[in-house]
Amino acid sequence: MRELLYRHALCEALDEELARDENVVIMGEEVAQYNGAYKVTEGLWDKWGNKRVVDTPISEAGFIGMGVGASMLGVRPVMELMFWSFHSVAFDQLVNNAGCMRYMAGGLINVPIVVRGPANGGTNVGATHSHCPEGLFAAFPGLKVCAPATPADAKGLMKAAIRDNDPVFVMENTKLYGTLGPVPDPAEGEHLVPLGRADIKREGSDITLIAHGRSVLHALEAAGTLARDHSISAEVVDLRSIRPLDQDAIIDSVVKTNRAVLVDESKPFNGVSSQIAALIQEHAFDHLDAPVKRVCSIDAPSIYSPHIEDEQLPNARRVVEQVLTMA
Amino acid sequence: MQDPSAERPFTAMDFSSSSVNRGLTAQDKIDFYRSMVRIRRFEHLALGQYQKNRIGGFLHLYIGQESVAVGTVSLMGDHDHVITAYRDHGHALAVGMSMEECMAELFGKATGCSKGKGGSMHFFAPDKNFWGGHGIVGGQTPLGLGLGYGLKYKGLPGCALCFLGDGAINQGAFHEALNLASLFEIPVVYIIENNGYSMGTSQMRSSAYRDCLAQRAEAYDMAWDLINGEDLYEVRAKTHIAMERARKEHRPSLLEIQTYRYYGHSVADANANKYRTPEEIERYKTYHDPIRLWERRLIEEGVMTAEDARAHEKEATGETAAAIKFAENSPAPTVEEILQDVYCEVDEDSEAGNTGRHFFND
Repeated sequence: MRELLYRHALCEALDEELARDENVVIMGEEVAQYNGAYKVTEGLWDKWGNKRVVDTPISEAGFIGMGVGASMLGVRPVMELMFWSFHSVAFDQLVNNAGCMRYMAGGLINVPIVVRGPANGGTNVGATHSHCPEGLFAAFPGLKVCAPATPADAKGLMKAAIRDNDPVFVMENTKLYGTLGPVPDPAEGEHLVPLGRADIKREGSDITLIAHGRSVLHALEAAGTLARDHSISAEVVDLRSIRPLDQDAIIDSVVKTNRAVLVDESKPFNGVSSQIAALIQEHAFDHLDAPVKRVCSIDAPSIYSPHIEDEQLPNARRVVEQVLTMA
Repeated sequence: MQDPSAERPFTAMDFSSSSVNRGLTAQDKIDFYRSMVRIRRFEHLALGQYQKNRIGGFLHLYIGQESVAVGTVSLMGDHDHVITAYRDHGHALAVGMSMEECMAELFGKATGCSKGKGGSMHFFAPDKNFWGGHGIVGGQTPLGLGLGYGLKYKGLPGCALCFLGDGAINQGAFHEALNLASLFEIPVVYIIENNGYSMGTSQMRSSAYRDCLAQRAEAYDMAWDLINGEDLYEVRAKTHIAMERARKEHRPSLLEIQTYRYYGHSVADANANKYRTPEEIERYKTYHDPIRLWERRLIEEGVMTAEDARAHEKEATGETAAAIKFAENSPAPTVEEILQDVYCEVDEDSEAGNTGRHFFND
């Protein structure tokens, strides 16, 4: 299969959806003439022009609210947050207007928007630019959240998000934009990854590693080490979608392996893994041979120092160490 | 603190013969009267129900401001849209929502316009181009921009009317929206309903300005105007100009309509008579009430008699009483309905709505 960079897989998804539906509009800071701060939208303005690919001023509340309003009239805005960390200046628009309006209107309105951008630490940009808000937004009923780990999932989830009739927040990752992976050729048909379906990225029998986003890569690397050096067979469940959530995939795997380590770049308090742990204890309690353990980011604002930031985040070594305490 | 009523610039001009008012029939004018009276009766009787604990939460009454919603909404065509803040009952009734669905919503009943899920601050009627009813001060101003954006994107010949209070003009989202509206040439008309108070803080104590609030538009190279809200003819004449600018030139405007609310910020506003004097309120009721002034005008023009006016009031009272009865007799939403209207895909039972877990109740 051909291989694409994660950022090019996303761009291909946007390009295909721009072609498929004339109501799709790309909006955000530097998405058009600059070709995207992280080059995800590279070439789209040249191809589609001013109407379909729109540079906005640095006004996250303004342009996201504008997209929500336009979506009520049938426009389908795909809005880039240069960093998901900037959600804080647009929070009212994201939560109250995108997330709650349908409900407050008794179902008379739907808000088919996508908000996308990178949500990760690990790039030495300090606390303000390193937030991982997937658990935060998944906590609001009415919103949907996904976090693809591979180029193929990035493309497939983005296309599904754009076609979804509810607001979907796609959490990408600057550390993944340059990763290469197989992506099905468009000539072979549409590549869609539905929201709400996890993917077993590696099968195993001794322990389940549950992750999303870049943490999936750490989990896979850890699983390789565990197999090679410790004869432990780890299964890696990639959630892909946080809300809706593939609970069956989680429980089925834990029932099979009887142990679970949750790898989650969120901070531990009310991170995505908090919800996963609650579901496992409720639905697989009798199958557990050990307490559910977590490898999260160390519980402090994200540190700048390039010397140790990677140690604040989940990494393969930390995952291996955690698994070995449970063996 | 200065008394805002004393500062009011009284209009010397007569707007009854402006282009948009010249063609009004006697029936049109009477309908405006009826529409304003319906709003006032609805609000008065809703207050009574609130005081009987039949309505929960907040109740932000529109009494005193009726000419703003009725005058502006009367200018709307098929492609014009409207969105407002939490003081939304007047706009809702003006666009043609029924008293029944509005009162039932206040009562938290399943027959309410939002099935009892929105309440007083969150009325919606997309079929009447009415997009809420928004509770967060200024939060609706980017949405109004988006309505205009959507119209322009789809090539429709309409505009968006986005209402806000004088307190909302100090919110950041509003300024972002103004900049975007001017920059992107969006057909939106922002309308500040300036009732003089952002909750209990007077305009003088909450906003820095030179001559008036709408003047801030100059910073965004945007047209603006100041309107005496007690004169329905003036509201229509000046708003019409802004709407035409939006529809035909895709240029936004910022209007400031001077008005007054007789009751508190909400019914729960315990200080409603402390941050202003009773004399100030009485002066407005006596000299500046938009309904009384319109009634006097129509009597002078010979299109309506005082007896007609009383009959319309009586009719509005009867309609409201029937709406209360309807609300009383309607069923409450069920616990099962709490989980409906959260996700479109789930409600429509689509494949996406059936993939993965959407709710986490057990």
